Amino acid sequence: MALDDRKHSTTEERLATMTVPDVGCTAQARQSALGRLRAMGLPSRRDEYWKFTRPDTLVQSQAPEASIFADDEKPVFTDVDRLKIVFVDGVFDPALSDDLSLSGVEIDRLEDVCCTDDHWAEDLYGTLETKGQTPVERPLAALNTAFAGDGVTIRVTGKPTKPINLIYTHEDETSDVFLHHVVRVESGAEATILENGPAAARFNKCIEIDIADGGTLHHIRAQGRDHKRRAVTHLFAQLGRESVFKSFTLTANGVLTRNECVIELTGDDAVAHVAGACVGDGDFHHDDTVFVTHDAVNCESRQVFKKVLRNGATGVFQGKILVKAGAQKTDGYQISQSLLLDEDSQFLAKPELEIYADDVACSHGSTSGAIDEEGLFYLRARGVPKAIATDLLTLAFLAEAVEEIEDEALREEINGRLAGWLERRRG
Amino acid sequence: MAVLDEAQVRDQVKEGVDQETVDAVREVGGAYKYGWETDIEMEYAPKGLTPDIVRLISEKNEEPEWMTNWRLEAYERWLTKEEPDWAMVDYPEIDFQDQYYYARPKSMEVKPKSLDEVDPKLLATYAKLGIPLKEQMILAGVEGAENAPAEGRKVAVDAVFDSVSVGTTFQKELMQAGVIFCSISEAIREHPELVKKYLGSVVPVSDNFYATLNSAVFSDGSFVYVPPGVRCPMELSTYFRINAENTGQFERTLIIADKGSYVSYLEGCTAPQRDISQLHAAVVEIIVEEDAEVKYSTVQNWYPGDENGKGGIYNFVTKRADCRGDRAKVMWTQVETGSAVTWKYPSCILRGNESQGEFYSIAIANNYQQADTGTKMIHLGKNTRSRIVSKGISAGHAQNTYRGLVSMHPKAKDSRNYTQCDSLLIGDQCGAHTVPYIEVKNNSSRVEHEATTSKVDDDQMFYCRQRGMDEEEAVALVVNGFCKDVLQALPMEFAMEAQQLVAISLEGSVG
Repeated sequence: MALDDRKHSTTEERLATMTVPDVGCTAQARQSALGRLRAMGLPSRRDEYWKFTRPDTLVQSQAPEASIFADDEKPVFTDVDRLKIVFVDGVFDPALSDDLSLSGVEIDRLEDVCCTDDHWAEDLYGTLETKGQTPVERPLAALNTAFAGDGVTIRVTGKPTKPINLIYTHEDETSDVFLHHVVRVESGAEATILENGPAAARFNKCIEIDIADGGTLHHIRAQGRDHKRRAVTHLFAQLGRESVFKSFTLTANGVLTRNECVIELTGDDAVAHVAGACVGDGDFHHDDTVFVTHDAVNCESRQVFKKVLRNGATGVFQGKILVKAGAQKTDGYQISQSLLLDEDSQFLAKPELEIYADDVACSHGSTSGAIDEEGLFYLRARGVPKAIATDLLTLAFLAEAVEEIEDEALREEINGRLAGWLERRRG
Repeated sequence: MAVLDEAQVRDQVKEGVDQETVDAVREVGGAYKYGWETDIEMEYAPKGLTPDIVRLISEKNEEPEWMTNWRLEAYERWLTKEEPDWAMVDYPEIDFQDQYYYARPKSMEVKPKSLDEVDPKLLATYAKLGIPLKEQMILAGVEGAENAPAEGRKVAVDAVFDSVSVGTTFQKELMQAGVIFCSISEAIREHPELVKKYLGSVVPVSDNFYATLNSAVFSDGSFVYVPPGVRCPMELSTYFRINAENTGQFERTLIIADKGSYVSYLEGCTAPQRDISQLHAAVVEIIVEEDAEVKYSTVQNWYPGDENGKGGIYNFVTKRADCRGDRAKVMWTQVETGSAVTWKYPSCILRGNESQGEFYSIAIANNYQQADTGTKMIHLGKNTRSRIVSKGISAGHAQNTYRGLVSMHPKAKDSRNYTQCDSLLIGDQCGAHTVPYIEVKNNSSRVEHEATTSKVDDDQMFYCRQRGMDEEEAVALVVNGFCKDVLQALPMEFAMEAQQLVAISLEGSVG
């Protein structure tokens, strides 16, 4: 279908303000992404896929300003033994980062991906993003592939002893940042990638993850802190036979966050878990859009999303399990729940199943409601003040998502963050 | 265990399982049960849709001018509308100018003075549809039929035979209770004040492409008005049939339940076997006032096309109930086994405080059928309740989609919704999909949604087979069990038919 005029002009207007950066050997992938983007156009609020989230501020040429968050709160993962890779407003900062050499993993900057030395990431850059454009278009991901100014490539060949931590700091109130990472987990290898930081006034991030047969990747990210930031992130993952991918996202604050997660299980017996816990207060709009495709036999997928909303915050969940014909013995599970702490907050959800195979067990659930009065009464009757009782119940509500994190220390770190967030807002 | 002969096996089956199901499966051959065609001379309006056709339809129904204008306005709006394409259904483009928008049996050209003049073939059609004997007698105009003892519960039938309401039975008894049950064309003539007040008030003229089309060209349908405080003395029923080739059937149903009243309405649909796909776009509007209750049950078994996906009815229906008063209650129950393409979302607007909406649905798609069906529950009033139970069954190459919306508005405090969508897959070539939209805009309301997808369990099949049932019987039994929650919500008359249909619809889906 041809683009309507309005969409076409919005897209061209935006593109006119940008130049395709010359980073590494990605020119061809960038040109083809530009072609894809022109064909589909940037999203508009009339698009079905953007029914619940207005893309306007993500699409407009100028990034809306975002004040820098100043707080004495210690950044997340500070106490974890990790390899730090720091980006300041979207630019790699070697001074703040650790030495990139670590046994069992090869890390390069995107600009070091050169045609001459046959870099492994050359063929992967933009490939999973392209695949992820069907059946649903994700124009902002194509925009990222075309314009990403920086990023890293991570190739996991063994079992590195510590997690790799991508840290995004935000110092410029008008920064408009595109980052693109490429990750490959080789057969039998296993690693953990951590991400945190507010990144920019407007952040567009794309990460492509290719997990070979028997590979394992844990991905834990903490977005947020800055109240005014906007972010759209895309995670594209492709899973080989008997591979495992587990991803967890914590979001606190930010005016607008859209996390798209596109996972395709292409090898038999693969396992994919995606989870998210979000806590929002006031002018906060958080959107989790997940699309899991089962294209192999005997795979398992799990989506667990929990949202706590107050003071007029909005939580969105669009999740889908697509089971292709022949993907027999699929076990798919999806749950999205929201806890609305006051009358003004809202939860909008579209949990979908699309199934073309008969020997499958797929289920999804979605609930929304206020805090359990009986639970509250029970705690208060035992002398727990109302505010603390509410927090306890809130943490219990979020627990199912947080428990998706396998590593105990990291799980506790995230729980601590959530408790801290609730405590600061107790007032 | 000793070897049993077939009769003994049969007897054993009788003991253990629902005999209706087994019989239904056994009795029916490969063919569509209702696939006959009554050879009655039809009167057609020319093909295509123009303002003249709209005027003609209006004229044929002897409508007043305001109605003609209403239709023409709808026609103008229809021209500006686009056919929706968001449903998970795929069909060749419909040429709306290649349809007949009006057809009626010739024998109706001069209105029968008494039911004696009704074409006997028409009556035979009703007999095949299984209309109870007493109504047949009345339809046939047998003297004293009204005094004949009725078997079981009474059902008033308003049969729609290709666009024209043929005869309405039990008029007199209903009149005594003050209930108006007649064709919509009659209502337009006899009760214009009611029609003017309510028509288009639930489904606005320009609501959607098909509803707008219907507003322009609806040829007939049923009208029900239940006055305040009246409990309708019998179940009201309409049988729809599409008989003539290439005619679209566009009925319009308007049900008004005034304060404190109650009515149960049954709608049954069958259409004969045809090669060329036929179009059907109906609109049902229900107005439920304070403390009133309406039950609307549908069994739709229109011709679904053959096993290669050839032919079949395209069914694009807009059904909506508006609970205007406090404590109003509406219940939709549907068994959708027919049609090549189904596009249907019976909805409830829960405007009154403490109003209730319920939706129970079984959608069965076999061969190349495509069903995209579900409901909308719009909670506007305080303390409103809704419940959705949807059972989708796919077999063969069919695609079955549940699409629904539950919306809790900021003012709908303390409201509650429970949704359960289960899908059952039979065979590895079919698809089952769930597309629920959930919008919660206040925190005192609770919304729960659950959906599961599974196949007919091997253990259950083994259990049934081991007890001597063949594969189809076993599947029919399992499926009937799967649908039980919904079947129980149907009025008695329909429950039996529906149960049989469930089995018939899955004919040929296994083995």
